[in-house]
Amino acid sequence: MYRILEKQELAPAIKMMIVEAPNAARKARAGQFVIVRVDEPGERIPLTIADHDPQRGTITLILQEVGKTTMQMGALEVGDSLATVAGPLGHPTEIEDYGTVVCVGGGVGIAPIYPIARDLRRAGNRVISIIGARSHDLLFWEDRMRSVSNELIVCTDDGTYGRPGLVTEPLRELLEANPGGIARVWAVGPAIMMKFVSRTTEPFGVPTTVSLNTVMIDGTGMCGGCRVMSGGAAQFVCVDGPEFDGWLVDWDLLLSRLQYYRPQEQEAVEHWNRGCRIKEVPA
Amino acid sequence: MPRVSPTRTPMAEQAAEDRIRNFDEVPFGYTAEEAMIEAQRCLLCKRPTCIDGCPVHINIVGFLELAAKGDFRSAINLIKESDALPAITGRVCPQETQCEQVCVMGRKYQPVAIGRVERFLADWEASQGDMPVPELAPPSGKKVAVVGSGPAGLTVAADLARLGHGVTIFEALHEAGGVLVYGIPEFRLPKAIVRREVDYVRSLGAELVKDFVVGQTATLDELLEDYQAVFLGSGAGLPWFLDIPGENLSGVYSANEYLTRSNLMKAYLFPQYDTPIARGRRVITIGGGNVAMDACRTALRLGAEESIVVYRRSREEMPARAEEIDRAEEEGIQFMYLTTPLAIHGDEHGQVKELECLRNELGEPDASGRRRPVAIKGSEFRIPADIVIMAIGQSPSPLIPKTTADLETKKDGVVVIDEATGKTSKRGVFAGGDVATGGATVILAMGQGRTAAAAIDEYLKTGAW
Repeated sequence: MYRILEKQELAPAIKMMIVEAPNAARKARAGQFVIVRVDEPGERIPLTIADHDPQRGTITLILQEVGKTTMQMGALEVGDSLATVAGPLGHPTEIEDYGTVVCVGGGVGIAPIYPIARDLRRAGNRVISIIGARSHDLLFWEDRMRSVSNELIVCTDDGTYGRPGLVTEPLRELLEANPGGIARVWAVGPAIMMKFVSRTTEPFGVPTTVSLNTVMIDGTGMCGGCRVMSGGAAQFVCVDGPEFDGWLVDWDLLLSRLQYYRPQEQEAVEHWNRGCRIKEVPA
Repeated sequence: MPRVSPTRTPMAEQAAEDRIRNFDEVPFGYTAEEAMIEAQRCLLCKRPTCIDGCPVHINIVGFLELAAKGDFRSAINLIKESDALPAITGRVCPQETQCEQVCVMGRKYQPVAIGRVERFLADWEASQGDMPVPELAPPSGKKVAVVGSGPAGLTVAADLARLGHGVTIFEALHEAGGVLVYGIPEFRLPKAIVRREVDYVRSLGAELVKDFVVGQTATLDELLEDYQAVFLGSGAGLPWFLDIPGENLSGVYSANEYLTRSNLMKAYLFPQYDTPIARGRRVITIGGGNVAMDACRTALRLGAEESIVVYRRSREEMPARAEEIDRAEEEGIQFMYLTTPLAIHGDEHGQVKELECLRNELGEPDASGRRRPVAIKGSEFRIPADIVIMAIGQSPSPLIPKTTADLETKKDGVVVIDEATGKTSKRGVFAGGDVATGGATVILAMGQGRTAAAAIDEYLKTGAW
């Protein structure tokens, strides 16, 4: 069992947990993920490792409550435990001194972009970060991102904070203003955001790495449920990724595969909500 | 020659029309009386052939003789000297091509139903309460890491623990058993039985560490810093696809994924269990092995109106056990033989709609000795389907070889071993089971595990490689 040592609400329905997982913490690197299962009947879901502390034997997970499993996990408190934390899984980010790099984090993707930006900065890169959220109240870790970035641009879709609009706008401006000056771009966020970040960078020829989040079960290359097409070849996100060349990913296939279990996801949420209500009825 | 019944004692089972609506085990198993009657059919050959037919060399004549007298305790103890998992092997071994194939009774009559008696004895023992722990050798002070808790790993762990070595089993998933829990369905091997056998191995002193992915959580070399030897029994977990158009449409599953969802994650109990699985009306399984039989029969139990197997050769060439094919036929699975899939077509939502196929005829035998399917020109046709399951094989996961510099593998990822010892190219590392064969049976994995355990014991004592 993997005990929750700290819990913090970062934004409505976005929670941070520091979890005791010494095996995963010992080897974790930026860009890697773990498979989490909340309890015995639980499903296995991938969550990116947002931070890790090998001395303390902990990893930091950020979750957005979008489905039954994340809602149930979000309802856990300090002292409660997760049934499974397996990892670290996937390849770590290839950290080198590339020169000037841009790190784009959207929504809950700000959490996984943070260790990538931090390690790129430590490796000597000049890091420009762009983070975005739908609205100001959904934005988190601005301070953390500022602490690891030479420059930070904050956007909100609805204009309630920072620059109004999508993250691709300031990205395009940066690329236009610095021809040949930006070595690489990393983007982590909703699939649709990563798709448009990749579309934005491609005409400028700036290599772009995205971190894909697909349906997974084992996370070790055993089921193939996470497969995507990249450069015309089928790849497993869990063992070949999770990072891919954003220009090569077949985004439409990825987006359609993400939709497949929507009806069951809905049913699971309804089942969970019914269960919660039953528990609230006094005996 | 004693007077014996020419036919084996039948084993009661769920009727096909009932069992396709549940995941309960198909056969009910022998009663004590039936087991004794069947065991009494054994001729007690002076030079028995059955023992050599068994990959782990169970003293079959010996246990049948004891069972025939009703001494079930001694009979099961005798089995467990060679086989730590009799409830499992009694169920999933292909006895018809092993011990029962060479049974002398089979020359004239039906062979003794060795597997059924074995299964009865294991279940009888479990019904008696706590399983007795055999005497263990004094602690050797040596530590062995076992990678994977499938049939090979459990066998090695049991053998080495009995010899007094400290054993730690590293399992990537959240439940021990490997293919026994993620691959083989409940209706063929109840998971409670796997748990019971795993508990038995742990009762011998083997420690189990779950959620530990060797190759990721720690490399093989890191394990060798803490353990004097490593047994690699990580199985063949990498699913194959056909590389035909449309394979990434929603609704196309590897058999591994489909079975893992249903077996390990209990998706058949959704939403009581969280993991979903698509419940198709028309499900097509591609392949002809035991995994394909498990997948098509699972689809039926998940409510498919039609569950169809598409196989490129004919029934005679199917690699699945005859018993599994018979059961699938009884349950109403449709078989489309001599049919090769060409492409999967989808609808506007990217979901499976049709499987396009080509008809074959049988040509000359190929390298495997089976007659090669030859396509009939212009015979393309389409079958409507909403789920397609790829059950065409698997190979070992590259995770461990990729992170271990000096572990020799063949080009299909199969780890190279010395057959007599299970030694790999890397000092201190032994391997067995599907990781070393590419995919075989539970009992062959256990046989290789036994061989490797003896060699590991020798290596720990002498240090000689």
